[in-house]
Amino acid sequence: MTIIQFLLVGAALFSMGLYGVITRRNAVLVLASVELMLAAVNINLVSFDAYLQDQLNSGQIFSLFIIALAAAEVGIGIAIVLMIYRNRQSADVDELNLMKG
Amino acid sequence: MDWFENGWGLSLIVFLPVIGALVVLAIPKAKESLIKWTALAFSLVTLGLTITLAVQFDYSAADTYQFGTAMDTTWISAINANFHIGVDGISLPMVVLAAFITVLVIIYSFNHWPEPHNPKLLLAFVLILATGMSGTFVALDLVLFFVFFEVVLLPMYFMIGIWGDRGITEVPIVNWKIEMRLYASLKFFVFTLFGSAFMLLGFIALYFKSEEALGYRSFSMIELSDIGAAGAFTGTFAFLVFAGLFLGFAVKVPMWPLHTWLPDAHTAAPTIGSVILAAVLLKLGTYAFIRIAIPILPGQAIAWAPFIGILAVIGIIYGSLACLAQTDMKRLIAYSSVGHMGFVMLGIATMTDIGINAAIIGMVAHGLITGLLFFIAGSMAHRYHTRDMTRLGGNMVLMPKMGVLLGFAAMASLGLPALAGFWGEFMALLASFNPLEAIEATSMFRVLMVLGAIGTVLTAGYMLYMLRNVNFGEPSQEWADHKFEDVDSYEWLAWAPLVIGTIAIGIFPKIVFGATNDAVVGLVQKAFGG
Amino acid sequence: MYQFLALASQIVLAAGDEGEQVKEGGSEAIVPGITSGVLVEWAWLIVVVPIVAAFVIAFWGKKMPFKGWEAAWGAIGFVGLYGTVLFVLNASQGILYEGTVEIAEIGDFTLEWGWMVDGLSIMMYFLIGVVGFLVFTYAKGYMKGDIRFTWFFASFSLFAGGMLVLVSAPNLIQLIVGWELVGVSSYLLIAHYWEDYANVDAGNKAFMVNKVADAALFLGAIIMAVSVGSFSFNDVIDVVVKGEEGMLSQYAFWAGLLIFIGAMGKSAQFPLHVWLPDAMAGPTPVSALMHAATMVTAGVFLLGRLFPFYIDEAGIFAGDVRNIIIVIGGLTLFLAGLLAIVQNDIKKVLAYSTVSQLGYMVAAMGAGAYTAGLFHLFTHAFFKGLLFLGAGSVIHAVHSNNMSDMGGLRKKMPITFWTFIAGTLALIGIFPFAGFFSKDEILASMKFAGENGQDVANFILILGIAGAFITAFYMTRLVALTFFGTYKGHATPHESPKMMSYPLIGLAFFAVTAGWINFPGVYTGFTTWLATRVPLTGMGDHHAEGLDWSLVLIVTPVVLIGVAIGWWLYGKDKKSQAARDTFRIPVLWPLFENLYYIDDFYMNGIVRPTMGPIANVVLWWDRNVVDGIVNGVGLGSLGVAKAVRVFDQNVVDGFYNEIGAGVDELGSGMRKSFTGRVQQYAAFSFVGVVVIAVLFIIL
Repeated sequence: MTIIQFLLVGAALFSMGLYGVITRRNAVLVLASVELMLAAVNINLVSFDAYLQDQLNSGQIFSLFIIALAAAEVGIGIAIVLMIYRNRQSADVDELNLMKG
Repeated sequence: MDWFENGWGLSLIVFLPVIGALVVLAIPKAKESLIKWTALAFSLVTLGLTITLAVQFDYSAADTYQFGTAMDTTWISAINANFHIGVDGISLPMVVLAAFITVLVIIYSFNHWPEPHNPKLLLAFVLILATGMSGTFVALDLVLFFVFFEVVLLPMYFMIGIWGDRGITEVPIVNWKIEMRLYASLKFFVFTLFGSAFMLLGFIALYFKSEEALGYRSFSMIELSDIGAAGAFTGTFAFLVFAGLFLGFAVKVPMWPLHTWLPDAHTAAPTIGSVILAAVLLKLGTYAFIRIAIPILPGQAIAWAPFIGILAVIGIIYGSLACLAQTDMKRLIAYSSVGHMGFVMLGIATMTDIGINAAIIGMVAHGLITGLLFFIAGSMAHRYHTRDMTRLGGNMVLMPKMGVLLGFAAMASLGLPALAGFWGEFMALLASFNPLEAIEATSMFRVLMVLGAIGTVLTAGYMLYMLRNVNFGEPSQEWADHKFEDVDSYEWLAWAPLVIGTIAIGIFPKIVFGATNDAVVGLVQKAFGG
Repeated sequence: MYQFLALASQIVLAAGDEGEQVKEGGSEAIVPGITSGVLVEWAWLIVVVPIVAAFVIAFWGKKMPFKGWEAAWGAIGFVGLYGTVLFVLNASQGILYEGTVEIAEIGDFTLEWGWMVDGLSIMMYFLIGVVGFLVFTYAKGYMKGDIRFTWFFASFSLFAGGMLVLVSAPNLIQLIVGWELVGVSSYLLIAHYWEDYANVDAGNKAFMVNKVADAALFLGAIIMAVSVGSFSFNDVIDVVVKGEEGMLSQYAFWAGLLIFIGAMGKSAQFPLHVWLPDAMAGPTPVSALMHAATMVTAGVFLLGRLFPFYIDEAGIFAGDVRNIIIVIGGLTLFLAGLLAIVQNDIKKVLAYSTVSQLGYMVAAMGAGAYTAGLFHLFTHAFFKGLLFLGAGSVIHAVHSNNMSDMGGLRKKMPITFWTFIAGTLALIGIFPFAGFFSKDEILASMKFAGENGQDVANFILILGIAGAFITAFYMTRLVALTFFGTYKGHATPHESPKMMSYPLIGLAFFAVTAGWINFPGVYTGFTTWLATRVPLTGMGDHHAEGLDWSLVLIVTPVVLIGVAIGWWLYGKDKKSQAARDTFRIPVLWPLFENLYYIDDFYMNGIVRPTMGPIANVVLWWDRNVVDGIVNGVGLGSLGVAKAVRVFDQNVVDGFYNEIGAGVDELGSGMRKSFTGRVQQYAAFSFVGVVVIAVLFIIL
């Protein structure tokens, strides 16, 4: 089993996440897609860690960091989305264009 | 007196006047007599210190710098500019002259105020000028020299511009109608600044070039003249540098054809301005030639000498002829300065010890005599309310003492032997019979000598013409019934030292030569190898 | 002290060495007996006392009982006394001393003031002191009531001091100082009545003509001093006596010529004589002392001082210049004499006569006759001073300078008349009056020079004899018009007061006797007295062993014929009195009236063009061209500045404004792409990342 398979899985997962982020209208789904991309990155980190046999296991440590961050991010992200939904009665990202130039 | 000898005395002489100026500015405007006495006190203390300096000066070592600060007294370390000052036999007479003239001018101004009144500002300017003048004469660092050289500009500019002649003048060619004082002050300022810009370029060029010979960059006149005498500056570089210095100094002298600011500035300036201008400021240029241009660039000095000599003699003849066509008394005296400074420059152009000695005594004599002439012309204009010689006449009847003094000053100015003016003229002519051999223009200089002698005749001509028209004859209808106050006590006090100095130097020129001779011989030897 | 010892030893040595040569030259060398002592060491007082007196009078004169006259009189009396003592001692023992005070060192030169006490300067001290004393005495009477009495005596004392500075000079510098000092006092005294511009102009003319000559003297002195390396006469004469080839011999001609031109100015030689007749505008005592007796002889004195240089025994110095000198002198004595004939102003007749006599002196110097020239200087001072004072006495009496206002004064002013006659006889050279001896000596020297190789001297000798005739003629005319005939003036003439007449008698005494001190073949003391410096060099001039009868027999009849013709034309009331007074000699008068047009030439050819067109052109040039360039540059700068402002506002600033506007537009175009849609941004980022990645791979 080579690293390629893991990387392919990671890439596929990242592509799916990216697709979700770009195309989904629902903010919650966008957040979920972001989680997918983070998971893909985690896979990459862990597999490279194993592949390179890092003495410090920095890949694994990083992925732990990312898991923690992802949890926090989802928490805050969901909270924001909820607040938006409360204010606007919608969670459609297409309508969230306040930053329009 | 240790403090006096290692630089503090000299620094005090230089900076005491400017401190005085600050004090004067701090006094309320209403307390006029306090202002006058303060200014006088400061100038007198400065004069006292200067005289102490002259007495303590070691004349047997006149070719060394004395009373100076150490060479490495740091001032602006980033560009290696040092506060290095000192006097030798060449600068000593000039420092004394500057201190003297300052005192006399302040005494004179006690009861002669040009309009608009404001003695506070005027006296402050005079004191600042005093600092600039003595500073220029003692500076041994090019940056320091430049700063002092420029310090005199502004006060003089304001003096002419504020207290100057308010008559409307018509400027030919460009057809301006403008107040004399504005035109003259602007011309003076721009002209001088134009020259000194090139001078500064020259200084900076020397600074950078000095690295080759010294291993570091230096503004020190002593170091630069050491390497200059050893031939560090040659070729196009030296030529361009000399050209820059020449422009800067020649404007100040002023040499023909850079002289046209002078008649206007003199005519427009208030009396004390004219006196300071004539007596001291013109000498800054000639002094700089002797102190900077010749020792640092001896090779170029030799190359330029015939050119300088020719310009000097043109100045003599031209200035004298221009005098003969004048009707304005002050303007006549102003043009006479062009001629007299021509003799000074002729002496310098010979590059011999006699010529440079002649130049220095000529500078001192011109300071005393022309200063006196401007004083008298100013006082007469003050009384007659005109300087037009076609309207004057019979002054000997109206103001006999003034007339006698004018006669004396005119005689001294035309170079009467046994008065100070003679030595400069005669010795300059003598030097031009045998100029430095390296110049290789001996026969040309002999022609210049003959032309210079003709110049002395013309000088006599216009001085007698002035005396005839101003002093002699019966007073015209215009003045006949008018009562004039003859020379008053302030005027006596201010003028007597000039008269005495003129006679004393005339009879006993060692007063000047005693200080200068060794220094000049040393300078010439160092620059031209004997 | 050392200096003096060196000098003395030099003299003693030289006396031994050059004894032969001296004899050859004809002078008797004597070794001076007095070379030190209080008398000569304090001789500087002679110079200083009158100068101090001048200043004392100028400052305090008006408060003195005699208004300053006593100070001047005392000072000149002191000079006269001191001079007489020195003169007598010089005659009996011989004096040679030189005192100096160093006043500066400059380069290789040492500048000194000093006082020379030798035969030549002692003669001048004596002359100035004695004639001066008599003239100052006279002047008190003459100037009585003058508006500037005190000022007059201050200037007059200054003159005496200046003249003494000149004659005591041991070096060229001091000589020049004295030279110009007398020039200035001359200017002051000529323009004494300066209310009238005519007098001022006369003073200016004197000053300017002299200044022209002085410029030449300056140059000559410079050339000489630089060549020798010293200003001292001793050093110059040393070089000359040794006959060294060198710089001095190289430039000797020019130095000699230029110094002679200087002498021409002061001694009023043709064509620089024009100032002297005009100088008569000054008060008469001034004319007597300065413009006849002493000041105008300074040029002759200078030639005497530098005589070895001109006599040029080595043949390498200024010997050639002597031919120029003799020609100038000859022309002067002849042409000026002719002008004296046509003058109506009594003082101008005497003035031209003075010019003419100075011509004799200069010509004598040119002929190499040191003693003869100075002897004439000596005698002339007395009799010409006398004539001027006599003329002053007459003018004082009749209140006019014009001879047409005089006549018949013989009876009314007997003392003046008889002393005037004595002076006249001395001037025209009648035996045994002073002028006979000195003029004869000059003519004899010319003859000698002509016989000994100086060809031009023969021609000048003829001019000299003609000059004697002319002198006799115009003096007879003057005496006849003034003292004979009938009086035609308006004032009431009377003999002058004793204060004025006694000095006349004193001078008359000298006018009669002064010649006897150099009576060829009988007593020639004067030659010896003058020659105390001779041990240094042979003076090379010729002295007749006895009277030259061939000359005397020509000259004396010529003079007598002159007197006779003068008397014939003017002496008798041949026709009416009026016809005599206005008689103008037919051919001569129109010829000489215009003074050879020399004055006109100077005025219209030099002075007016210089002061008018040339000076104005220079001033115009200065105002319009030189200053025009300056103003033009100023104006041009202003124009450029304006153009720069336009350029700056429109082009430079416009450029930056354009850039700003462009950026603005770009921005508003760009903002459209910012939709605010996060997903779009994310897509863009992704595309960006891809592009970067692709580029990264490709490159």
